[in-house]
Amino acid sequence: MRRLNWERVVSILLLAPAVIAVAIFVYGFIGWTAYASLTKWDQMLPDFTLAGLSNYQKLFANQRFQIDLRNTVVFTIVFLVSCLIIGLTLAILLDQRIRGEGFFRSVYLFPMSISFIVTGVVWRWLLNPGSPELGSTGINLLFDMLGLGFLKTGWYTDPKIGIIAVAIAATWQMSGYTMAMYLAGLRAIPDELREAARVDGASEWQIVRYILLPILQPVTLSAVIVLGHISLKIYDLVVAMTGPGIGFATDVPAYFMWDTTFRGNHFARGAAIATVLLIMVAILIVPYLVHSIRTEAEL
Amino acid sequence: MKKLVSLIMIMAILAVFVPTAFAAPPAQKGQDYIVLAGDWLAKIANKYLGNPYAWPAIMALTNQKHLTDSTYATIINADLIEPGWKLYVPSKDEAEAFLATYDKNKPEMLYAKGAKGQLVVGSWWTAGGEAEGLNGMFKIYKAKYPDVQIVNATVAGGAGTNFKAILKTRLIGGDPPDTFQLHAGLEVEGYSPEQYLEPVDAIYASEGLEKVFPADLLSLLKYKDHYWGVPVNIHRSNVLWYNKKVFEANNLTPPTTFEEFKTVAEALKAKGITPFVLGTKDGWEAGHIFEDVLAGTLGAEKYKGLWTGATPWTDPGVTQALENFKMMLSYANPDHSAHTWDSAGEYLIAGTGGMMIMGDWTNGWFTSKGFDGYGWAPPPGTKGIFVALSDSFALPKNAPNAENAQNWLKVCGSKEGQEAFNPQKGSICARTDCDPTLFNEYLQSAMKDWAVDAIVPSVVHGAAAYESWVTDYKDVITLFVANKDVAAAQAGLQQACVDAGICK
Repeated sequence: MRRLNWERVVSILLLAPAVIAVAIFVYGFIGWTAYASLTKWDQMLPDFTLAGLSNYQKLFANQRFQIDLRNTVVFTIVFLVSCLIIGLTLAILLDQRIRGEGFFRSVYLFPMSISFIVTGVVWRWLLNPGSPELGSTGINLLFDMLGLGFLKTGWYTDPKIGIIAVAIAATWQMSGYTMAMYLAGLRAIPDELREAARVDGASEWQIVRYILLPILQPVTLSAVIVLGHISLKIYDLVVAMTGPGIGFATDVPAYFMWDTTFRGNHFARGAAIATVLLIMVAILIVPYLVHSIRTEAEL
Repeated sequence: MKKLVSLIMIMAILAVFVPTAFAAPPAQKGQDYIVLAGDWLAKIANKYLGNPYAWPAIMALTNQKHLTDSTYATIINADLIEPGWKLYVPSKDEAEAFLATYDKNKPEMLYAKGAKGQLVVGSWWTAGGEAEGLNGMFKIYKAKYPDVQIVNATVAGGAGTNFKAILKTRLIGGDPPDTFQLHAGLEVEGYSPEQYLEPVDAIYASEGLEKVFPADLLSLLKYKDHYWGVPVNIHRSNVLWYNKKVFEANNLTPPTTFEEFKTVAEALKAKGITPFVLGTKDGWEAGHIFEDVLAGTLGAEKYKGLWTGATPWTDPGVTQALENFKMMLSYANPDHSAHTWDSAGEYLIAGTGGMMIMGDWTNGWFTSKGFDGYGWAPPPGTKGIFVALSDSFALPKNAPNAENAQNWLKVCGSKEGQEAFNPQKGSICARTDCDPTLFNEYLQSAMKDWAVDAIVPSVVHGAAAYESWVTDYKDVITLFVANKDVAAAQAGLQQACVDAGICK
């Protein structure tokens, strides 16, 4: 062990407040929540009798939670895939050195500066299904005017596709951000590589497929991590846009957690949902952290 | 050199944590201030103390001065100061000393600690008619007990979500307010009343409340053979609202049975009018309507039995109720999950919708919309049944000013107290002897029913069952609205009852 010299003391002193605060307010509270999830705390006054894993057993048997998990999976897939595809496409188009690039870049990036609450309210109206008596509104009205009436659906009021409607709103907001990440990645690729490929007779598609995409792999990974944890934790958008929805069509675990804890007083169940959410995010993030720490160590 | 830099950095960090040591405050003394039109506390605080967030110091120290010198005003509501009032604006030092100890979860710190003590009233009535009604009761209390400082400890937040969280920590921590708002009925169970609350049976006896509240209400208020609160108001859950013009134009009358509901709905549908206007976005509305359908199908006695275990949830009557509800849903607007009850109510106002079922706060909403073409009737099967919800005030154990709180509960139960509160809140008196002329036409009709109807508790609004059961019940109904699976819903309702520990 290295000797405690003055500089080490200073650095420890400077770090200590942050480390202590994080230890208590992040890890301490995570531990506390996990502990609460193992108790019988089922009303307003705490009851810390240990109940083992029974809260988790009941939770996974709960119909609403099963629907929530399915919604999370569907939402994550739709949101991630469409964000990546739209983001990459926009980035490649913008990378063609077109005129007014700055303008388009701002337009695509703009939704990201809006809060999910605003997005939710706006898209609630855009995707409002309307009714036969009152006529269509929003996108359905647009379909009507374009003579595409057969495309009209109930959007988030349709139990089968409700969560996809929410994913559309989230995609609208976050695909510009994905574009920005890809654009930064593309700009870092030297032109020589593309020119060399063109000299070798590669088509534009082949350049994208065999040159750009492999080089952009770390960007894709980062985007997946950022978007993935947003989609697992999504809450504000759902609150503003739809609530739990018809038959919980647009319900998500975070909403259920809030509902059951603060309306239903099922504190232990709420803590169990929080713990499950944490584990889900950890499954996504930890391999990435390990990977990036290793890469850094190699450098 | 490096050492020096580190030292400077440490000094800088210390300076952030101990800023007062370096910034000497300008000399300034406390002064009197006469309120002008257009003043508010934060504005005065900003002008004289350089910090709008220092307003609590002005409020607390003015109230303190009032004790010894009555030319100073008493500020009960921080948002309400009137021109001409004399306030005390403290010096910066005084203000900072106060703010250092001030805890915004303890509003009683804003009020003077007088010889006769305070009365800390906890509630979630912060807006509109509710706050005005509460102030009306404060005035009556103030006239009777002028020496007591009333502390209006409201915490904003729908249905008291935030308020309850703060209240809970205060109860557990042995630092309760003197009295607090509580939904009448089984919600009291969540507070472990035997441990944390004082029974108020003595007030019922001394004020003769058992004679002026309907017997059904009394049995609803009793938990473990004691009364735990005094109700101030009553809302009705089961009201069917309809558009008069639409009904007259089609020669229809409000349906009294589920069969008639179907006939009326068909007639409206044939005219291209949405028969049954519904909004389910907030998750509780469908549960609210279903409680009225349950009462209408099962009748008052069997409905009450559902919440005590006397009527099993496997009863064929429950199956029938679910079938009736399913029939009604088939006449609802298809976009109901996109609407709250009030945004769906716009259909009814516009005349494109015929009927809706919602509590009697709808009356106030129609009025605020300037719409008067509405009529009301009990929903199918509930004639002679009053599905009720009520707010009451309770008395915690170890209340610091228990005597003042008991006097407050007496005001809550009194005729004048209820007459001051309810016309403002848009509810009716829990007492049956209030003066009807103080109330509008709808509330007068509700008062007549209140005196004679069978009273049963509302589920969704906390009277019939405790909250954990209520949320499970709501979840089942939310699923039912989507999949209309009667058998699954009935099994779910039964399971909720078992989880609540009532059914076996």
